[in-house]
Amino acid sequence: MSTRLSKGGRLIDRSKPLSFTFNGRRMQGYAGDTLASALLGADQMLVGRSFKYHRPRGIIASGAEEPNALVGLGEGGKFEPNQRTTTTELFDGAVTASQNHWPSLEFDVGAINNKLGRFLPGGFYYKTFMYPRFAWKHVFEPIIRQSAGLGKAPTARDEDHYEYAYAFADVVVAGGGIAGLTAALAAAKAGKRVWLMEQTADWGGRAVVDAIEIDGKPAEDWVAETVAALSAMDNVTLRTRTMASGLFDHGYIMGYERVADHTPGDGRPRHRLWRIRAGHVITATGAIERSLSFAGNDIPGVMLASAVRDYVVNWAVSPGDRTVIVTNNDDAYRTALALLDAGLVVPTVIDARAEAKGALPEAVRARGVRVLAGHGIAKVKGGKRVTGVSVCIQEGEGAEIEAIACDAVAMSGGWSPVVHLWSHCGGKLIWDADRAMFRPDPNRPATGDDGAAMVTAVGSANGHLTADEVLTDAHKAAGGEGKAPAAAIEAEAPMMPVWIMPQGAGPALRMKMWLDPQNDVKVSDVQLAAREGYESVEHTKRYTTLGMATDQGKMSNINGLAILSDALHRPIPETGTTTFRPPYTPISIGAIAGEARGDIFQPLRRTPMHGWHETHGAHWEPVGLWRRPYCFLRTGEGVHDAVNREIRSVRNAVGLLDASTLGKIIVKGPDAGKFLDMLYTNMMSTLPVGKCRYGLMCSENGFLSDDGVVVRLSEDTWLCHTTTGGADRIHGWMEDWLQCEWWDWKVYTANVTEQYAQVAIAGPNARKLLEKLGGMDLSKEAIPFMEWREGTLGGFRARVHRISFSGELSFEVAVPASEGRAFWDALLAAGEEFGVAPYGTEAMHIMRAEKGFIMIGDETDGTVIPQDLNLQWAISKKKADYLGKRAQERSHMASPDRWKLVGLETLDGSVIPDGAYAVAEGVNANGQRNMQGRVTSTYYSPTLNKGIAMGLVKHGPDRMGEVIDFPVDDGKVVKARIVDPVFFDKDGEKQNV
Amino acid sequence: MLTLECPYCGVKAEETELQAGGEAHLKRYGPGASDEEFEGYLFMRKNPKGVHFERWRHAYGCGKWFLAARCTATLEVFGTYPAQSTQPPVDLQAKIKAKRPNWEGYK
Repeated sequence: MSTRLSKGGRLIDRSKPLSFTFNGRRMQGYAGDTLASALLGADQMLVGRSFKYHRPRGIIASGAEEPNALVGLGEGGKFEPNQRTTTTELFDGAVTASQNHWPSLEFDVGAINNKLGRFLPGGFYYKTFMYPRFAWKHVFEPIIRQSAGLGKAPTARDEDHYEYAYAFADVVVAGGGIAGLTAALAAAKAGKRVWLMEQTADWGGRAVVDAIEIDGKPAEDWVAETVAALSAMDNVTLRTRTMASGLFDHGYIMGYERVADHTPGDGRPRHRLWRIRAGHVITATGAIERSLSFAGNDIPGVMLASAVRDYVVNWAVSPGDRTVIVTNNDDAYRTALALLDAGLVVPTVIDARAEAKGALPEAVRARGVRVLAGHGIAKVKGGKRVTGVSVCIQEGEGAEIEAIACDAVAMSGGWSPVVHLWSHCGGKLIWDADRAMFRPDPNRPATGDDGAAMVTAVGSANGHLTADEVLTDAHKAAGGEGKAPAAAIEAEAPMMPVWIMPQGAGPALRMKMWLDPQNDVKVSDVQLAAREGYESVEHTKRYTTLGMATDQGKMSNINGLAILSDALHRPIPETGTTTFRPPYTPISIGAIAGEARGDIFQPLRRTPMHGWHETHGAHWEPVGLWRRPYCFLRTGEGVHDAVNREIRSVRNAVGLLDASTLGKIIVKGPDAGKFLDMLYTNMMSTLPVGKCRYGLMCSENGFLSDDGVVVRLSEDTWLCHTTTGGADRIHGWMEDWLQCEWWDWKVYTANVTEQYAQVAIAGPNARKLLEKLGGMDLSKEAIPFMEWREGTLGGFRARVHRISFSGELSFEVAVPASEGRAFWDALLAAGEEFGVAPYGTEAMHIMRAEKGFIMIGDETDGTVIPQDLNLQWAISKKKADYLGKRAQERSHMASPDRWKLVGLETLDGSVIPDGAYAVAEGVNANGQRNMQGRVTSTYYSPTLNKGIAMGLVKHGPDRMGEVIDFPVDDGKVVKARIVDPVFFDKDGEKQNV
Repeated sequence: MLTLECPYCGVKAEETELQAGGEAHLKRYGPGASDEEFEGYLFMRKNPKGVHFERWRHAYGCGKWFLAARCTATLEVFGTYPAQSTQPPVDLQAKIKAKRPNWEGYK
């Protein structure tokens, strides 16, 4: 059983006990513990179940590579699934729960899959669920959804808060082990602005655990002195609990700081996402130990050798009284020494190599421990925890030579440099056959904007596995002056690659050799994939799910691709690795969102009248970043009723629309007319001063892009109104052409959208209302339809346009934005006797549809040209050119078979569903029913008391009176007659008064 | 995330400040152009793996459009220059040629 030792533990503070719960059971740990060390200290070896077979799972590792020990942490608004216990610091009152089992961790019904393992081979998802077709939706998917998935998604809103932070540095060093500290110090002494981040809470990495000597002193002292020296320098920023999660283009590196995970509730943000622009990045990210592939290597109690000594040395936790060590290298012997130093028993060290005669093996032998060279583990005995191992010859097929009782196994298959950051932005790897590892290829680094290397890997991350090499490499790479720090170390004998243990293991053993213990991918699965023709490592990954678990195969991916290479009879470098993608380990969605949630999710644009709308029942509609009132709800009124009331009020009395969001762009200069003639399909240069003209804009491929009323303000000045959503885009479009194509034309543009408040005053009483305000002659003669005048209205400086989007007598009045609210209030007060009421966007939409006016985004969708909408009258035939003209001459655009705008009137008066398609006779080449049109706008018209619609129909304008079919839900068909799209006041008598 | 130096305001701008505008040095074809010419102008793009000339706007900075020469494979930026250029500056072309001897030129 695992237990807390009575003394030792360099990271824990025994004077500060912390209590927590696991599956409701109360447990105790110490300040400085991780959740994993605290669980092991409480003898909780079984911590979860695997994904596919629901096999018992224990803690394997002590860091980011941990595949198994994930828990749900917290409750309610603090709950988060899949928290890696090895990288989560213990805090008082932590509530944790294991995952992926039912009904309980100890007894899991899903473990039946384990017995069925023979029927769930690699790729079984693809093989099993294909047929019968109906079964996927009704049988397989519900079952898989019930049984799969790790943690449960949180249901409550996240109570914590998160933030972004930004930084710039000449050198960013990722990793606070001895390599990172050395590199940071060297760069800092050279005067560089240095950022050093370490993902754990403590500096020093492996060196302090292995208690090596650096410059004649214990590593712990050297690390403390170096950190102190760095802290004292103004040009250095040090961050613990901060992981370099990804490296992106041009030295953009992301740091994920776990600010308050260990001090929940102290008011600080939980996580902080650092977005750092680095001149150069040094990856000192160390190396990760590999597992060995022997049968039963997934049973709780089988751990990485380095993790075993981490737990003993850092947290005084013993994984068991008797720990067998199995290795292919010298480094694992350090684990034997650490266990012996702690007073624990190491029955045997099993070494796959033919001989083990290095300094470390000899030191272990000298302590009276038997070393079995040339041997391996045939299989591990036990179920929910290890009870012993069966020893065999490594060269053989797995016949048991002897059985050794033990309660833990420490395994080491060698080390893999952490090359993620190096690789994220295109750094390449080379295969180092001597050390059986992929390491960074110094000749093919990721490059920056200057074409030079932007990343350097140092230390173990660069393939150096001994402290002296690590220090020399880091010092040199960071441009260190003078001598590098020196480490006193034992010479190590070469490791021997071992991909299967024993090498001749038969199918029965290979089926129990786990490569990916979280996703349950075994040696036999990868071999099967190879037999089935999977040659690419990327395909094999997806077929078998190897390395697709939340740990992304940090521990054992190399083992998997070595097995694949072997099965395909080709060298490992030919197989290569899968792609390393950021983030290095999962980061919280909260950190990615930062502060952008709730009210500050995005900026909100407010018109000068926004506050009034807010207090008068506005039912909001988001339009870009604006909020526009969809309608104004009165007490007890529904949305539909409010819209209809507003329409009746405009049609019968007078209504006010806040039109301030409409885009307003000033175009000015000697060539402004010529420029607008290119931009609009109409002729704008001939528009007389004092007049308005409705205009259309198209993209170069001819499609309608925006519309609006253009106003000639003076000889050289035009004001272009755009749609609400189009203002910024159209302004950018104008600038594009002026700067990049017609840069010799003398034109200025200015987007003045927010400089003016604009109100549409529409309805039979509109003129009376404005005349009551007084100050301008607003008679039909003084300001005819489609003209504008400037003056004062009730004391407000006003530009009055006689334009109408509702079909009513209508004035659109622009006043300075600062006077907008006062003007609005004045209109309401003056209009009381005329029955004035504000109206929203939906009433506007319906009234324009009653009049057959098109709406950008309804009648257009990026595939519609003005000719489709019968807008030929707005296309100048005199102009040699305008944007979109050439495209509209293309054969498909000029085809008489294009769908064209018509009105649609249902025979039963109902409202056709939006987007409904009209069917034609026959079927197309794919056997689908032919179509002949679709609905683009559809409303209930309170004015006409029936459903009205507009749509695009093939040869539509030539088919007036014809009835066509619109199939809708449930097999029903709506019949509609093709009619003129102008439903109301066809002659415009209401607006021309 | 790329950084590009705006040749107008001299700021080394983050990609979030910029708006991409596709391939640079296109010749506009309007009415009177053949179908082939117009199709080439509207749709055909080089999309090379290697040296590429592109349009960028310092949209959240000075608002100016500029042109950039960049390697689409390595993301190396050879230089930026004003949008009011009918061809890449000669010294920039020479610089690219020196770094990429197999480069076939901007045409």
